[in-house]
Amino acid sequence: MSHSPSQALRPMSSSALLKFIRAYGQETAVLLSLLVIVVVVSLINPNYLGPANINNMVAGNAYIAVAAIGMTMIILLGHIDVAIGALIGVLASIAGTLAVSGYPVWVCWLVPVLVGVFIEAVVGVLVAYARIPAIVVTLGVVSILKGGLITVTQGVWISNLPPEFLIAQFRLFGIPSPVYFMILLTIAAGVWMRYAPFGRAIYAVGGNVEAARTVGIRPERLTVGVFALHGMFAGIAAVLFGTQLQVIQSTVPNNLELTIITASVIGGVSIIGGRGTVYGSTLAAIFFSAVSSALVFLNISAYWLRAVLGVLILATVLADAMRRRQIH
Amino acid sequence: MLSRYVFRHETILALLLVLALALSANLSDRFFTVDNLLNQGRMLTEVGIIAIAMTFVIITGGIDLSVGSILGLSAITLGVVWKTLGVPLPLAMVVAVLAGAVCGAVNGVIIIKSRMPPMIATLGTLALYRGLAEGISQARSVRGYPEWFFVLGQGEFFGVPTQLWVFGLLVVVAAIILGYMTFGRVTYAVGANETAARFSGMNVDRAKLLIYTASGSMAALAAVIFVSRVSTTRSDMGMGIEMDAISAVVLGGTSIFGGRGTMIGTLLGILLIQTMKNGLTLAGVKGDGTIIVIGSILILTILISNLVNRKRD
Repeated sequence: MSHSPSQALRPMSSSALLKFIRAYGQETAVLLSLLVIVVVVSLINPNYLGPANINNMVAGNAYIAVAAIGMTMIILLGHIDVAIGALIGVLASIAGTLAVSGYPVWVCWLVPVLVGVFIEAVVGVLVAYARIPAIVVTLGVVSILKGGLITVTQGVWISNLPPEFLIAQFRLFGIPSPVYFMILLTIAAGVWMRYAPFGRAIYAVGGNVEAARTVGIRPERLTVGVFALHGMFAGIAAVLFGTQLQVIQSTVPNNLELTIITASVIGGVSIIGGRGTVYGSTLAAIFFSAVSSALVFLNISAYWLRAVLGVLILATVLADAMRRRQIH
Repeated sequence: MLSRYVFRHETILALLLVLALALSANLSDRFFTVDNLLNQGRMLTEVGIIAIAMTFVIITGGIDLSVGSILGLSAITLGVVWKTLGVPLPLAMVVAVLAGAVCGAVNGVIIIKSRMPPMIATLGTLALYRGLAEGISQARSVRGYPEWFFVLGQGEFFGVPTQLWVFGLLVVVAAIILGYMTFGRVTYAVGANETAARFSGMNVDRAKLLIYTASGSMAALAAVIFVSRVSTTRSDMGMGIEMDAISAVVLGGTSIFGGRGTMIGTLLGILLIQTMKNGLTLAGVKGDGTIIVIGSILILTILISNLVNRKRD
């Protein structure tokens, strides 16, 4: 009886837990905050955890989570993309225009993804080879995309979308398809970044470009590749975003880029690069919906939502900064 | 010796501006009328005032994404303090500008104390300040300002729009501070090498705090002018104006990495953007077509400037 199995395991499991928390501290914090909100709000108003609202919370922001995967990679590299909101608006309109013109649905889904890859690859070339800071390139791209979109569509909404095109409204086992996209893409990207050489190289370049260069990584090529990949996630996000409703508004969604960047940052991505995972950004995207939905269920005016989000951003980043200073 | 001036970013910009002016005048005979030019001055003032302070911010290697939200919050403060609390309007204007200064100081304190990158800190306060504006106003607008208040945004002074005097004065003062005073030298030093600046005994934190506070105050001043120009207060005022201001500053040759930039460059950047907007609009291009050109010019100018400068290095 002196050594029960559970006792023997305890020291090991607690150190494993510590290790896990150290590696995924921010992700754990976001998850815990999410749980706290869900528990507290559902105690006050049980309807919060009704199936309809859960679906709404998780599926409604799935496209933000998908876009935040690519944004996380970009920020890990030490870059930024402020054009992602405009890009999603443009790609969704391309998808919708193709759909109402009678193209097969797979074309309507594929073309925006390819266009996204192309545009972001061009951005990547300008950043990596022409050495223009990403924020400057993407600031310019915002204007080009915004202006281009409104000039072409004249702001007319795209309606009469064929039902088979509306992929975000498909369900499998009663669960909306965006949820599957979000979960599968997050896990795939997370595993890829942890184990694949290309994925690991992102952390290497984000951590120290010159060190990465000496071990044989070509940062310029990697940057273009990561931007192209980011464009792919933007394309998928755009298709999910554009097929959520029966119409596509063919305008650029306001402040969408900030929501996506914020999801990545709250999820634990260090803006200086080199640290963070896509699990955190996806949790953060769900966390946003949970908070905005909580305001509704607690009868708080939705006009306070942005203020609450602002406090959350500052609190998480402050906590992160303080934790890092303790380690040093 | 000559090539040093020819290849300066500001020279390239000035040439572009002359070209844009000539083209605009060619495209429409309404461009070079006094009325049109003065009216354009009215349009560029708000972005311009914000871009002045943003130049200092970016030269220190920072960025202030929250200026649009500070503009919104200051506008709401003005409206609420005057209408709801019944404070006399001149005092409410002061309170509004002070509110902006406080917002800016909060940015500064967060950035200095937490060592958080300015982009993230001001991304947080962008959401926070806009959220406060929306929460306080509950999307209700404030109207019914007295006639005298519109002098600032709609009136003239010696035939020139009132706000253009304010803008001109601020540009001159800012150019002198940045180019000829100790504070300007400190600003460049912080952006070029913050650690070196600290070791040289410069009060880096004080400089940063002052600059972010100034950035907030300028956004608030722009808010008061904005409200006076459009005769109403709304919580969504100034949304996205940070991007216009940053574009103008960067187009003006200020390096986003800090340490480099001039007030003349920023002024040229603002004038060039406004000229192109106006010229293209008068030539019949829809408002949205004009921003495509501006985005392209932004990327191309920096690209050319990079290439020219890399060859010379």
